[in-house]
Amino acid sequence: MQYAAPETTKAAVSLLAKAKGSAYVLAGGSDLLVRMKGGFIEPDLVVDIKRIKAMREVKKTASGFTIGAAVPCAELGENKALLKAWPGVVEAANLIGSKQVQGRCTMSGNLCNASPAADSVPALVAAGAKAVIQGPKGKRAVPVEQVPIGPGKTSLKKGELVESLVLPARKPRSGDAYLRFIPRSEMDIAVVSAAVNLSLDAKGVITDARVSLGAVAPTVLLVAAAARAIIGTKLDAAALDKLGAAASAACRPIDDKRGTIEFRTKVAAVLAQRAAKIAYQRAGGK
Amino acid sequence: MAVLVSTTVNGDHAEFACEPNETLLDVLRNRLALTGVKEGCGTGDCGSCSVILDGRLVCSCLVLGIEAEGRKVETVEGMAHGAELHPLQTKFIEHAALQCGVCTPGFLMAAKALLEKNPDPSEEEIRFGLAGNLCRCTGYDKIVRAVQDAAKVMRGA
Repeated sequence: MQYAAPETTKAAVSLLAKAKGSAYVLAGGSDLLVRMKGGFIEPDLVVDIKRIKAMREVKKTASGFTIGAAVPCAELGENKALLKAWPGVVEAANLIGSKQVQGRCTMSGNLCNASPAADSVPALVAAGAKAVIQGPKGKRAVPVEQVPIGPGKTSLKKGELVESLVLPARKPRSGDAYLRFIPRSEMDIAVVSAAVNLSLDAKGVITDARVSLGAVAPTVLLVAAAARAIIGTKLDAAALDKLGAAASAACRPIDDKRGTIEFRTKVAAVLAQRAAKIAYQRAGGK
Repeated sequence: MAVLVSTTVNGDHAEFACEPNETLLDVLRNRLALTGVKEGCGTGDCGSCSVILDGRLVCSCLVLGIEAEGRKVETVEGMAHGAELHPLQTKFIEHAALQCGVCTPGFLMAAKALLEKNPDPSEEEIRFGLAGNLCRCTGYDKIVRAVQDAAKVMRGA
């Protein structure tokens, strides 16, 4: 195995594009090293992106936040401006693994690992985040939900890597939240998860919303019908019922040791409703 | 092909040669003879290989040795000053917060990292802060008490 730690994105792209054999990007390594040690992959080349300065930064801009692909999740929780604007995204990122894992793991890595149960991904999808992808043919930005295309598979082409994630600027009276179900209180993989992001008008009526579900399909889902169920409402009981029904209807889960199809389908509704209530409250709704 | 890595371990300059796919855990134990760092699971689940890398708590089994180039690594061996134990070490002994001892270096590093960020944690914060460290002997209560007591000493209370 060869290891390279380039200092620019351009150099990283060039290494990945020219690589003969299997090449992998190393950000936090909390998935990559486990797969290497388990014998699931045998990389010919590992490109460590942590020496690329631009990828180590969280930047607040007029158009939102840019989070470098190599920023560990622990750092997100320490960023007060980010926490204030996107509490749901930060709480999702800070649910990944232990303190030890949070010191290394990144949201971009969580996205590119393409697990349907990835904690930060539903929150990013609900937030309307974009992934900035650099490759041999230049730069492109895509909605994060278009990056994973199946368990462990992404839409990235050879030579491409995620450079950063961009969270949009916050409208006034906005809030987001992420919840997951696990059978213990810490350190587990989501059985079902839900993220809700919404904005209100001055009267507390929901004007925009995005609802996302995790671990109930081969990829994290953006559920437009669930968002439609609450737009134009003050999140009254009828709206919550419709939200829950739309969330359950979108589920295409598997039966496994973590949970049954029936359980996941039901709990998706409950979590979507609870996350919506938290997001509504964070947006200043009463 | 082995590569040469230059780093800082417990405040001292250290150099070693390692294979690119060798973990920091293996480097610390096998090449630098710092056997305080333990291998439990090897997959980042148990925390017994915890070290502090550039101020952040990490599992050394999930870090490549080569990544330590130019970084600062802290291990349990750097906690005591000569014969004088760190307050966490003293309190772990006083509270009998260890039995077999394999998880102890990891717990000490995790507790040190926690108290550096939060000198007065609640019991819940301690339990969450140490959730990445597994102990199969103590039942955790004694560990939590030891950390609470050490925090008190370190605050000068």
